[in-house]
Amino acid sequence: MAVRVQSAAFDYGAECAAFAQGAGDAGAVVTFAGIVRDEGGRLSAMEIEHYPGMTERALAAIEDEARERWHLSDALIIHRFGPLAPGEIIMMVATAARHRGDAFAAAEYLMDYLKSRAPFWKKETTAKGDAGWVDARESDEAALKRW
Amino acid sequence: MKLRVLYFAWIRERIGEPREDVETEADTVSALIAQLRAREERYALAFSDLSAVRVALDQELADMDAPLAGVREVAFFPPMTGG
Repeated sequence: MAVRVQSAAFDYGAECAAFAQGAGDAGAVVTFAGIVRDEGGRLSAMEIEHYPGMTERALAAIEDEARERWHLSDALIIHRFGPLAPGEIIMMVATAARHRGDAFAAAEYLMDYLKSRAPFWKKETTAKGDAGWVDARESDEAALKRW
Repeated sequence: MKLRVLYFAWIRERIGEPREDVETEADTVSALIAQLRAREERYALAFSDLSAVRVALDQELADMDAPLAGVREVAFFPPMTGG
């Protein structure tokens, strides 16, 4: 189980491979990556701000909750902050379990909660140079109700 | 009591500071916000729509009517947009 919050880019392929290799006798590994969209050329940059200290605590609490709900042999959350360009990987989650149902459900749970309960904020800059904070979506808040 | 108060995202930009120490007798988050709003226009602007403000006490999410007794760090920020 691990949580990493960092500004540096990470190698998604290498992280996935290492996670799967370390998953032991888990029969199922699910991985997900979030990528900066360019919205058809509309966006030129994204800046992610976070709350150092609380971010790590919130992510660890979300991971702990997932372990309570499903039989996971391992879980990993990596989330970047700072300036990012379209196409760059923002974050990833990985879950390992004996059966794929637990691995899929836990990965979705981690994503739903870290979108609305981990202290990150996104600021987008358009190709025209306008910058603005991304509003939270009601659908993201509503997604928590299914758990 | 003295509180460390942190601001993030557009709340930080409107107030113009990422953090400050605030001397207060406020007993709840709401009372602290009322005190800050009365200070200057930039605070009034930052806290003009409380439906768009979230608060954490010592790095745990809390409600606006939460008590401040024993709290050292208060953070104000908009709804989170991770992932």
